[in-house]
Amino acid sequence: MSTAEEPEKLYAAREPVFPRRVKGEFRTLKWWLMGLMLGIYYVTPWIRWDRGPNLPDQAVLVDLANRRFFFFMVEIWPHEFYFVAGLLIMAGIGLFLFTSALGRVWCGYACPQTVWTDLYILVERWVEGDRNARLRLHRQKWGAEKFRKYMTKWALWLLIGLATGGAWVFYFTDAPTLLVDLLTFSAHPVAYGTIAFLTATTFLFGGFFREQVCIYGCPWPRIQAAMMDEDTITISYREWRGEPRGKHRKGEPEDAHGDCIDCMACVNVCPMGIDIRDGQQLACITCGLCIDACNDVMDRIDRPRGLIGYLALSDEVRERAGNEPKSVWKHVFRPRTIVYTTLWAGIGLGLLVALFLRTDIDMSISPIRNPTYVTLSDGSIRNTYDIRLRNMYAEPRQFYLTVADNPSITLTMEGVQGQLVTVGPDEQLIQRVYLVASPGTAAATTAATPVRIWVSVTGETDRIYGETVFNGRAQ
Amino acid sequence: MAAPNSKHDRPTTGHSWDGIEEFDNPLPRWWLWIFYATIIWSVVYWILFPAWPLINGATAGVLGYSSRQDVEAEMVAVDDANAVWYQRLLDTNLNDIAEDPELQRFAVNAGAAIFRAQCSQCHGAGADGLRPGSGFPNLLDDEWMWGGTTEDIVQTVTYGIRNEDFPDARYSEMPSFGRDGLLTDEEITQVVNHVLNISGQAHDAALAEAGAEVFDLNCSSCHGVDGGGDQFQGAPALNNAIWLYGGSEAEITASVQNAHFGVMPGFADRLSEAQIRAVASYVHQLGGGQ
Repeated sequence: MSTAEEPEKLYAAREPVFPRRVKGEFRTLKWWLMGLMLGIYYVTPWIRWDRGPNLPDQAVLVDLANRRFFFFMVEIWPHEFYFVAGLLIMAGIGLFLFTSALGRVWCGYACPQTVWTDLYILVERWVEGDRNARLRLHRQKWGAEKFRKYMTKWALWLLIGLATGGAWVFYFTDAPTLLVDLLTFSAHPVAYGTIAFLTATTFLFGGFFREQVCIYGCPWPRIQAAMMDEDTITISYREWRGEPRGKHRKGEPEDAHGDCIDCMACVNVCPMGIDIRDGQQLACITCGLCIDACNDVMDRIDRPRGLIGYLALSDEVRERAGNEPKSVWKHVFRPRTIVYTTLWAGIGLGLLVALFLRTDIDMSISPIRNPTYVTLSDGSIRNTYDIRLRNMYAEPRQFYLTVADNPSITLTMEGVQGQLVTVGPDEQLIQRVYLVASPGTAAATTAATPVRIWVSVTGETDRIYGETVFNGRAQ
Repeated sequence: MAAPNSKHDRPTTGHSWDGIEEFDNPLPRWWLWIFYATIIWSVVYWILFPAWPLINGATAGVLGYSSRQDVEAEMVAVDDANAVWYQRLLDTNLNDIAEDPELQRFAVNAGAAIFRAQCSQCHGAGADGLRPGSGFPNLLDDEWMWGGTTEDIVQTVTYGIRNEDFPDARYSEMPSFGRDGLLTDEEITQVVNHVLNISGQAHDAALAEAGAEVFDLNCSSCHGVDGGGDQFQGAPALNNAIWLYGGSEAEITASVQNAHFGVMPGFADRLSEAQIRAVASYVHQLGGGQ
């Protein structure tokens, strides 16, 4: 339904956005949240947590080299990756929950792209001035002033980018050691490469790409429409109050115009460069700054606040008809959000239970089935198994292996005298184990006998078993 | 970005799904730049790397890169890395290899690879001699014809058994008692029943008693008075449950009639001394090592 006379251009340059400075409740909230997010990001790798002499003392550490993940008192081994999967599923459902209840609060307040862009805009404003000054500078020809200001801005951006990439690598190895290594140029090239890469992406995404990451790069804006419904509280323009928009002129009746005086304050503060008065749109990250801007204007022209505000679609209809909006609680607590909350909490509880029930010894048995059994010279039948023993403990421990339930089967181990095997601290060991059934016993003459191999630790009461099958020579 | 979604003046594609329409917005210009950059990149790639297929091969590229060279370089790097370990295998006393967990791990893994390539054709990928009675020894059980220490295994692998390539190959030969007329059919039946007896199988007691004397005169010099075998002559034990050529009456009779002459090649000309040590270490820890 193109109405344009000329053919549409296929490509368009980005029109830069120069958000004006704004004060208000949401801006204040965003400053605090930004401080909190950046604080968590930069401080976390430096928190220490004593785990004894054999384990790292970094509270949060993704130890890729040794395939361990440390999170305060919790240590996750690779075979426990379901914890990570569970957390990711919780994060997903949590995102659904927040979006269905409060719209794109993640995008507006917590997303790193939003937080870092906010920080970059802060720097930009500090160096170049507010919207009008920045616009002027942008249109100005290159000269000493523009050069100086742009270089200062870019240098500061690069420093922030460097700090961002620099903090990231500390999550993967001991932070104090790495810092010294980095400063003495003796760290691994991968560390420098990662820092360089993240510095570049931060610089580019926070400084130049900004809202385009959300509009073109991020899948979430496309998905969110399916998460939101008419009861979702999100940022809206009260069209029934604002329209017809326009400036009041002397001599016109009071009701010739709505409350919107078309001052463009909401558009000028928007970091996405959009007009919220056009309604719900993909590019809106619901950062709340237009609310602050509009409220400020409403105060000045002596109109009630809330021409732009958090509002559900169904309330828009209700208010237009002159009815009271539904209470916030009725919007937030509805079947959809309750289902999301239940799912989210259920998975969380399941993970917690699994975390507290897990043993700190673990085994898995791989039977060697080529051949299924070996006949020994005295006619007894031997089966071979590779048993993986995990000692999830900061000290070496002695594991005692036995087949307690079947007296005709004896257990021996390759290269080990007796039934005790030592596994190092926080290590795993693959031990070849032989089960031998005496000639003529049921196990030796039956094709398949289920057996349990028990593992216990010297001086401890916990014991675990693994189930496998003993193959005999069927007569 | 001036209101990319502004509903006032933007044209749509004209498509409508349940009232939802699609804006006909222009693509961002940087996207176009990236598209051009990929085209330029491809041209640079054609020049630098092998690219265009020709009738005999392909354009080589000015960097002279080839994936075959890559593989060769990687193989050399692997060999270089392993060379240190093979040297350690040579420098370590055979019986002490298993005492060094790191060296043992290398020896077992390297030995397993060699075993799969060189030995599994006869002894089976699981080293079980393919099947009972196949004539290829099972290396997992606790009976050894020529000895089961690591040193014995090294000797066997190096020179082989009953081959003409190596003067040092282990050698012995069992007479064909039936075919060459050394024993009568009746004596053979008797001695087979004796062997069935000493190996704990069903037998005719009278025949076995007569066979004991036949065994004593003809077989015990190699297989031992009690049938326990002799590792110096590669004579297998006959008084247990393990049979190289089968333990049934018919199979034992066939063995006495015609004898067997199992041959194993020597590997001294195919494997280095260190590789032989590795494969011997591997075989030794399969469950039967002595």
